[in-house]
Formats: sequence, structure tokens, C-alpha cells
Amino acid sequence: MRHILSILVENEAGALSRISGLFSARGYNIESLTVAPTEDPTMSRMTIVTVGSEDVIEQITKQLNKLVEVVKVVDLTEGNHIERELMLVKVRAAGKDRDEMKRLADIFRGRILDVTDKSYTIELTGTGSKLDAFLQAIEPGVILETVRTGASGIGRGERILRV
Amino acid sequence: MQLTGAEIVLRCLQEEGVEFVYGYPGGAVLNIYDEFFKQDKVKHVLVRHEQGAVHAADGYSRSSTKTGVCLVTSGPGVTNAVTGIATAYMDSIPLVILSGQVPTHAIGQDAFQECDAVGITRPCVKHNFLVKDVKDLAVTIKKAFYLAASGRPGPVLVDIPKDVTQAKAEFAYPKTVSMRSYNPVTKGHSGQIKKAVQILLEAKRPMIYAGGGVILNNAAAQLTRLVRSLGYPCTTTLMGLGGFPATDPLYTGMPGMHGTFETNMAMQHCDVLIAVGARFDDRVIGNPAHFFRADRKIIHIDIDPSSISKRVKVDVPIVGYVADVLDEMQKLVDGSPHRPDAGALKAWWAEIAEWRGKKCLEYDRSSSLIKPQFVIEKLYEVTGGDAFICSDVGQHQMWAAQYYKFDRPRRWINSGGLGTMGFGLPAAMGVQMVNPGATVACVTGEGSIQMCIQELSTCKQYKLPIKIVNLNNRYLGMVRQWQEFFYGNRHAESYIDALPDFVKLAEAYGHVGVKIEKPGDVEGALREAFKLKDRLVFMDFITDQTENVFPMVPGGKGLTEMILAEEL
Repeated sequence: MRHILSILVENEAGALSRISGLFSARGYNIESLTVAPTEDPTMSRMTIVTVGSEDVIEQITKQLNKLVEVVKVVDLTEGNHIERELMLVKVRAAGKDRDEMKRLADIFRGRILDVTDKSYTIELTGTGSKLDAFLQAIEPGVILETVRTGASGIGRGERILRV
Repeated sequence: MQLTGAEIVLRCLQEEGVEFVYGYPGGAVLNIYDEFFKQDKVKHVLVRHEQGAVHAADGYSRSSTKTGVCLVTSGPGVTNAVTGIATAYMDSIPLVILSGQVPTHAIGQDAFQECDAVGITRPCVKHNFLVKDVKDLAVTIKKAFYLAASGRPGPVLVDIPKDVTQAKAEFAYPKTVSMRSYNPVTKGHSGQIKKAVQILLEAKRPMIYAGGGVILNNAAAQLTRLVRSLGYPCTTTLMGLGGFPATDPLYTGMPGMHGTFETNMAMQHCDVLIAVGARFDDRVIGNPAHFFRADRKIIHIDIDPSSISKRVKVDVPIVGYVADVLDEMQKLVDGSPHRPDAGALKAWWAEIAEWRGKKCLEYDRSSSLIKPQFVIEKLYEVTGGDAFICSDVGQHQMWAAQYYKFDRPRRWINSGGLGTMGFGLPAAMGVQMVNPGATVACVTGEGSIQMCIQELSTCKQYKLPIKIVNLNNRYLGMVRQWQEFFYGNRHAESYIDALPDFVKLAEAYGHVGVKIEKPGDVEGALREAFKLKDRLVFMDFITDQTENVFPMVPGGKGLTEMILAEEL
């Protein structure tokens, strides 16, 4: 099962490698990992998307909590949550495909950030599956470049992760 | 007052009440060594290899409850220490390792004797720090001591660049330290404890399985009291030996790969198993799929939540210090109107007695060759069962664990988790220093002893009267045993050729050496050796080359699938 773990960590050198090292040393999967400081600059928030059985996720959570620099760990997928990922995709947009690409970007609520006479650079946000759907909707041949941030997540309503 | 970083290091060690620092000097730590020279409160012990320094600090800690401290230089100093650090990490031993680092401006420049100490040690420490500013030095060292000894203990490394030891800062050693991200749960949940006691009192076939957590948390007295008040059978793991008296009739011997027949059968067939500071290690329960029984309830007390339900699903998890949890359980047991089911218990003990009848630790006592088990039995007799036994790793380790009956905690010092050959002798140095006047023996083999043999020189320098019991079978015995059982008896690289003359070697280092070749000479040699209170004696026992450790649960098999000596 896919799980989204939200982690508050001390914003210290080495914290990221401690966490990624834990995953590799114990053979856990990382599908994506994003990290940046929070409103409190001494703390960073990390979102890790991982896949594993309930037992494995329980171990991952416990092992993360054991790391001295980890302040809090929450499995967002245990409750209602919002998940977003940002993708920048550069596509070939010339001739008759140019209008079609614009329409497709509009349908997916994408924004065109950069234009040349042969290409568009489109910004898309959404769940990972929405971004996947966009990539599937356009012809593979027209994709010049993609970059994705990996998922960020937050609990819905009163679910709050803070110290 | 402004102090240099090096002065601050020494002041911190003094404030922590550190008696001994085991170390080896080098460029990056010269400022710190200069401060050692100027004071005499903290004694520095000069080892012959950094691995020895960490093992010595480790032995010091295991035999005393205090935190061990070592000091190594940058680069090779740190890499040599890694085996020792990993050894301590696997067995949850509180250590503070101070390592020198190249100056901050040189970090990342591939400087002479530079290595990424924090990166290299990251997977085998509880935590580590790189101190980049002298202002952070004292509080970082305080944090290191706090982290090492609290919660589930472990080694903590503090990497100190050379310029930080030169720079000056105001010194104030914090009395306490707290970290918002580090709050180990230490008090067991009272509801869970109540539930555990209820299950325990209703058990028909109970089994108490205690591990290293009992030793580390100084809970032997609590465990012994609880076990005796219930009258239940008790086993202690390799790491838990001495946590419950081995001479007590309720004791069933060690569990696991080389555990007793009766313990392994009881572990498998009990209806309630309570694990106290133990972690269902692969060497203890074998294959978890085979170990599983739907009708057995498992209670697990541990300080580390990640040890619970890691290999085996647990019915009642209790996270906390085992000593406190056992105290609380005792109160509930004493106050409960319920008593253990005497009839069921009698039947259970009868079953255990039948398993005991197998006499799984019997061996050929009429042999004309020295049997290693016999040496350990005699060692037990001659030392009155009251020695500190430091072991290396291999067959001799298992025989020492099986045949020396430990009645007290912290008397059995061995590398259980990592299985580090070369641990025994340097660990014995730390043990002897913190227990001056005590009887300290190092049980080893001709393979293991040569992995840290250089420490014989340290023993001479510090006049450590350790007694080395070398069970010399000219083989890497445990490797040979596996090759015999599982590799068609092909002894690939397990025969040790060109062995030194250990008697002469001991003499060359300034010690007493003695070679024993006949069973009739074993006891006399031991008595003579232990009479020499002020000398290290190296006893080279030439033992039966063919002897194997029994019982044995082959790797990946279930606990009841034991190979017994009589079956071969």
C-alpha cells in the first residue's frame, strides 16, 4: 500500500542523510521525498511517499521516530488529507499541435510559463495520478523534458502536524 | 573565563566524572592530548590500535554501568574505531567517542587524514555530531553523554575539527540538557502492565525470556524477584546471562541456536511468553514463521518501540524501562487475589523436566584430549563462579555461555549482536580497570585472540592481571563446524596454519605463558594462573580439534529442529 509520511525534523546538516540512509539501510522504498524549512526556520518538513505492508510502515514510522533529529512523524494516509505535486513539462508545440497543446493544458488547469515558437513550458499541480494522466494524454513524442517535485501533503480540517 | 576547545573537552570530561579515556593520539587531536598532559583527573589509557580503545571503553561500560569514553584522531583513527563502535551499537552500550577532524576550512578538501567521520559512522551510532563552532562544544558533549546513556543506550560520536580545539569560548557546562526531538518513553503504560499481569497469572505453560535489556537497565534484582514469586521457568539470552541466576532451579539455560533443548522446547510450546528487554533475534528464535503459534500470547517489554513487533507479532507491547515495568508488575502480582494455576504449572514443569532429561550439554568426559567444555567447567570451579568472563567470538564463546553459570549481571562480557572477533582482550582491559582487584578472564580462541593481540602490550603497560584462556583447536572452530554440517566437510580456509608459539609470544610481551595439553593438567594450570594476582597469564589449552557446539538449530530452521550431540 502507498503511504504518505509527513515528518518534522530539526533543520540541521545531516538530518536528510540520516533519514534517507535509514530507508536504504533497512531496505525500505522511497517513491518520492520532498523537504523544505517550515515557518519556523529551525525545523524542516519532509514528505516521503513509500510503499509497504502495514507491518513495514509501522517499522518505518518507529525507526524514523527513533532518529534523534526527528521531531514528529505522521502517516497522512491514515486520515483525510490533501496531496499535491508540481510538475514542469516542456513540450514541442509547433504547427497544428500548438493549439491542441494549449487546450490540453487548459483542461488540466495547467499554466503556460514559457513560450518559444516551437515549445511550451507548462506548470501543472495536482495529485501524482493527475500529472500521470496529463503525460498520458499527450503524445509521448512531444515531451521534451519533465521535472516533478514529488508529493507534498497536509491533513484536512483540524488535523494539524506541529510541535 | 575563556578556554580553548581542547581545555573545554577536558573540563567536560572532568564534569562528567570520567575516570578513563581510551585512545590513541594523532595530528588532529594533539591540542586535546596536550591538555591531558597538563592535568591528572582524567586518566588516558594508551591502547595499541583504535579498535582496542573502543572495545576497552565498551568493556568498561558493560562491567560498570558507566558510560565508556574514547578519543581517536581523524581519518584512520576513526575508521579503525568503526568496528568497535558498531559492536557497541549492536549491543546498545553507552559510549562517547571523541574524534579529531581536520580544521573546518580543510573539510571537503581531501586533506591529510581526512575522512567523513560523521558519514562513515552514521549507520552504527545512536547519534553523532560535527562541532563547527567552539561555542557549541560543551553543550554538544553534554548532549552526547545524555543521549548515550538514556533511553535505549548506544554509542555517540562527537567529531571535533582541530581549529575548534584551538579557538576560545566562554566555558559553562550545562547541568542538564533537553532536546525537543528526543523524548524516549520510559514509563510503561499502566493499562498494558495490568493486562500483562492478568495474562501472566492465567498462564498454563508460561515462559519468561529475558535479554540484554535486563542487564543494561540494572533490572536483574527485579527480574529475579518476579520470576521466583511466580515460580515460572526463565531463560536468559546470550546478552542477558546473569540477569537471572543460572544456578537457580527455575533457570532453564540459554535459548536459541546454541540454547538448551529444554529452553527451546519451552519457548516453542509455552502458552504465554514474556520477553523482557529481548528482541526475538534470529539467533534466538530461528525462523519466525516456524516460531509463530496462534495459541501463544506474547508480552514484550522493551525501551525501544522499534524492537516490538519487528520480527514477531506481539499481543501486549509495553514500552518503558524494564526495571520500572517489572517493579510495577511485581506490585500487581503481590496485590492480586489470583495465584498461578498450581496444577497446570506442575504439569508444565514435569514436561520441562522430561526435556531436561535429554541432558543436552553432556559431552565425553573420558576423552584423552582436552575438551573445551571441560576447561570452562574447571574455570567456573576455580574462579568460584565469580569472575568477569570476557569472551571473543566463536565456539569458545558459546561454550563459555553454556558452561559458566553466571549468577550475577555484568559478569559476562561479549559481543553478541555484531559478533566481533578480537573483542575479548581489549574489553577485558576496560573491565579490569574499572574493577581493580577483581578476577577477570578472557575466554578466546587462537583465531580471535590474534585479531587484537597487540593489546597484550597495553596490558603490560597498565599492569592488568587478566587471565587469558585460549581454547586452541587450530581451527576457526565455528566456521569448521558449519562446513562440517552444511558444506560437505570441506574446510575452506578454516584451518589456522603457522600459529605462533603463544607461550613465547606472551613472554615476549612480558607476561607469563603456559601451554596445557592434557586434561589432567587443566585444573592445576588454572589454579596456578589465578594465584598470580599481579600478572597476566596466557593459558594456551590445546583442545580436541573435532569438538562441536551442541545443541544447534541450523540457520533458518525452527527452534525445535535442534541437532543434538547424541544424534551424530
